Amino acid sequence: MNYTPVIGLEVHVELKTKSKMFCGCSADYFGKEPNTHTCPVCLGLPGALPVPNKKAIEWCVMIGLALNCTTPLFSKFDRKNYFYPDLPKGYQISQYDQPLCINGFITLSNGKKIRIRRVHMEEDTGKLTHVGNESLIDFNRSGVPLVEIVTEPDFESSIEVVEYLKKLQQIVRFLGVSNADMEKGDMRLEPNISLKMTNELPKYKVEVKNINSFRFVGKAIEYEIKRQTEILDRGDMPEQETRGWNDEKNITVSQRSKEEAHDYRYFPEPDLPPIRFTEDQISDIRNRIPELPDEKLARFQKEYQLNKSQAVILTETKEIADYFEKTVKPGKVDPIQIANYIINKKIDINKVSSEEVIAQVAGKTSGIIADEGELGKLVKEAIDENPKAVADFKSGKENALQVLIGAVMKKTAGKADAEKARKILTKLLKRGLFPAFKVR
Amino acid sequence: MKIDVKKIAKLANLPITDYEEEKLAEQLSQTLDYVNKLEEIDTKGVEPTSQVTGLENVTRDDEITNSLSQEEALKNAKSKRDGFFVVKAIFDNE
Amino acid sequence: MNNLYELTIKKARDGLKNKSFSSAELIKSCLDRIKAVEPKIHAFVTVCDEAINYAKDENLPLRGIPISIKDNFCTVGLRTTASSNVLKDFIPPYDATVVAKLKAAGAVIIGKTNLDAWAHGSSTETSDFGTTRNPWNIEHLPGGSSGGAAASVAADEIIAAIGSETAGSIRQPADWCGVVGLKPTYGRVSRYGVVAMASSLDSPGPITKTVEDAAIILQILAGKDSLDATTLPNSPQDYLKDLDKKITGLKIGVPDEYFDGVTEQVRARVEDALKLLEKLGAKIIKIKLFKPEYAIAVYTILQRAEVSSNLARYDGIRYGSTRENFGEEAKRRIMLGTYALSAGYWDQYYNKAQKVRTVIVEDFIRAFKEVDIIIAPTNPTTALPLGASKDNPMFGEMADALVEPSSIAGLPGINVPCGFSKEGLPVGFQVIGPQLAETLILNVAHQYQINTDWRKEKPKL
Repeated sequence: MNYTPVIGLEVHVELKTKSKMFCGCSADYFGKEPNTHTCPVCLGLPGALPVPNKKAIEWCVMIGLALNCTTPLFSKFDRKNYFYPDLPKGYQISQYDQPLCINGFITLSNGKKIRIRRVHMEEDTGKLTHVGNESLIDFNRSGVPLVEIVTEPDFESSIEVVEYLKKLQQIVRFLGVSNADMEKGDMRLEPNISLKMTNELPKYKVEVKNINSFRFVGKAIEYEIKRQTEILDRGDMPEQETRGWNDEKNITVSQRSKEEAHDYRYFPEPDLPPIRFTEDQISDIRNRIPELPDEKLARFQKEYQLNKSQAVILTETKEIADYFEKTVKPGKVDPIQIANYIINKKIDINKVSSEEVIAQVAGKTSGIIADEGELGKLVKEAIDENPKAVADFKSGKENALQVLIGAVMKKTAGKADAEKARKILTKLLKRGLFPAFKVR
Repeated sequence: MKIDVKKIAKLANLPITDYEEEKLAEQLSQTLDYVNKLEEIDTKGVEPTSQVTGLENVTRDDEITNSLSQEEALKNAKSKRDGFFVVKAIFDNE
Repeated sequence: MNNLYELTIKKARDGLKNKSFSSAELIKSCLDRIKAVEPKIHAFVTVCDEAINYAKDENLPLRGIPISIKDNFCTVGLRTTASSNVLKDFIPPYDATVVAKLKAAGAVIIGKTNLDAWAHGSSTETSDFGTTRNPWNIEHLPGGSSGGAAASVAADEIIAAIGSETAGSIRQPADWCGVVGLKPTYGRVSRYGVVAMASSLDSPGPITKTVEDAAIILQILAGKDSLDATTLPNSPQDYLKDLDKKITGLKIGVPDEYFDGVTEQVRARVEDALKLLEKLGAKIIKIKLFKPEYAIAVYTILQRAEVSSNLARYDGIRYGSTRENFGEEAKRRIMLGTYALSAGYWDQYYNKAQKVRTVIVEDFIRAFKEVDIIIAPTNPTTALPLGASKDNPMFGEMADALVEPSSIAGLPGINVPCGFSKEGLPVGFQVIGPQLAETLILNVAHQYQINTDWRKEKPKL
């Protein structure tokens, strides 16, 4: 039978503030020695008290505003009570009935609006690692600021979900408030999935956890749709439960049923006075929002006459967009040619300077030197004339390559094909790392 | 008043014996009988008070302060290894 | 004076300044006294009788003066138990702000005093380390939860003590032990590092031999703490400057509701005190206040709800032992609090109590439009005999009936001794003021104290 998927998403984004949410410990915990970023507060020692990080609150509001949310002027923190070994206080400081931001949306490329119910501030837990019949706990992550973004059940396919997630990731990265790196756990997601036949919302909901990539979220949703369809086709009702994604077997596995569910016993956090904004403070935060991906996309098309696919590539990250604009700015060459050059040559923006790109594109229009023989000669000259750069390169300084390319460009008044010159240079220099070269 | 003591104990993560269960059931309902007195007070339209200071917007700047050393952090733990706190296996079904 | 341990802070300070004796002598005197009377009183959980260092700067306000700290304040490197087996081996890696401030003022911490486990109670009988005895009659309770603190002062084991009050835990034991106990306005003194009981009520404060000493200590403790978001930003006042002010024309409110169920002896002593205050120029005005029994109900719910959450961190993983080790009283409170917050009951209990809390706060605001301060008995009775709290799940609430309303409203209050019962047990009254009116209540309490001689009576030990 034909069912329509009803999918909602909860996404957690870890903020990259310097310090944690409620104490001054460094929030930069990734890859650090266990339990070296803790203090009485984030370790939940007797008597320790939380004091909220102002920047984290502002960033949470900023995310909400970027997601078209309303930001009520009054908000407060609540305690969410539950027991787990990675939760040092036996409660998580979170927000219950008065979150910082409500009622936003993200527009997908097909024009559909995914409604965002709320965006709230909370703290991360410690990290558990299971070894044999023991679990090891590291509290370095405990108390790192987390923003939770909850949608309405508006998605109807895994494709929509993945697009939404990519957009969300792009937005928080443009805001500069999170690395939103799935692998490092800066961004975590939990879809809830059910199927409906009629217009009524389904009477059950399956939540899927442990998904750590966009690829797997698609697979997990597809798997659930298939699994639930089979159950419904049998005339049964899927169980309301939490399932975990197993990325080795590509299946979801039941974790616990929702019946014995949680009674989180929320109550207002007595240790933290509530938050009250003025309109001015909110607009101040709004004014600090940089140009967001959608706006940039539209502007690039209009201002530089790029076509949509060019604009999409050049606004994918803030870094590439800035690089493109920096290259365009001197006004020496046509933006469309710059765009094509960057895109077609797959320019690595961390290795090739925008001046080089300008020179290349300019050169292209008036006879570029791309002949391998001629270039090879120039490259050899450059190597002989710059022994220090060569030595630097050999000792591992990749940047030294730039000096040598620069030398080649100088010889040709900027008309050498930089990419080809780079290839030849690398080939020659790498060869030099082998003993055969050293004999000389 | 009937209280499901077992369920509450589970929520509170408190191991209790059958004897305690019985005693608690009695004492808790005694206490609840007393607090039901609050019903006598009309609180229609009254806002709840959770804090009495009237304070708002108390925050700190995003600055790093000293953390405890690993040794200090683990000092009071009964079970620890290689810089970690150790508990009996918990399967991550959170 | 022969016995240095009997000194007040004021007198000890003078003596040290005049070089009549040294800090080492003063400390030794207290330690000797502790050795002599502890077997009877059992006020301390831990005594630091080893070499004690103190600051060299002679200008520090408490330099070289021995102070006891209730054992629910974290002290770096010094065992902090909250009188519970759960924490019997816990050595904090940090000092509570109150402790840090006292140390910075030059005070010497020579011991940690007993309390009801987790500060749950008004008797110290729920302590996992034994009951403290009332120095005036060791067959009687000292009150609680700061029972060890009050007894340590009453028995002259220490020059002054630090306690904490959630609702009564400073004033009630001070009353039963015949000493001064000041509960400051909620938020006036930092809670950072104090084992949390009910976070929206906990207020650390001094227990001392005189009102003047309480003012001296408050001067050191009061103020905003960047580690406690609920501390008030208002700069502390000079708590000593108005002590000697005359109270002529002062309007004292006396609520009839606070005399219901009070024993004849307590009532008589408090009425005598009121007469004296009238003679000193104050005006006594009868006022109406909300019946304390409603405050008891509010307190019972809110405190247990917060307790259930505050005690959740004790899982035995990072420190302490497992949850089986909670005593009966803690279990009872955790259970009731969990119940009151659970789905289906939240509105009936927790939310209702928060609303009645508003009504009580407003009741005081209204009363303080008519009068400057309120005076009432601190306790309905004098110290009860040992065992009185056993198997009474509401013992604490009943013993604290008259201090709970002002605690719920976060107001400051002070217990002042005002005589003895026929049995020789102390009686006190409390002065309650509006928020941040510490200067005023200290003034009234001091004026009463310097015009009476009760503080000169000492228990025979």
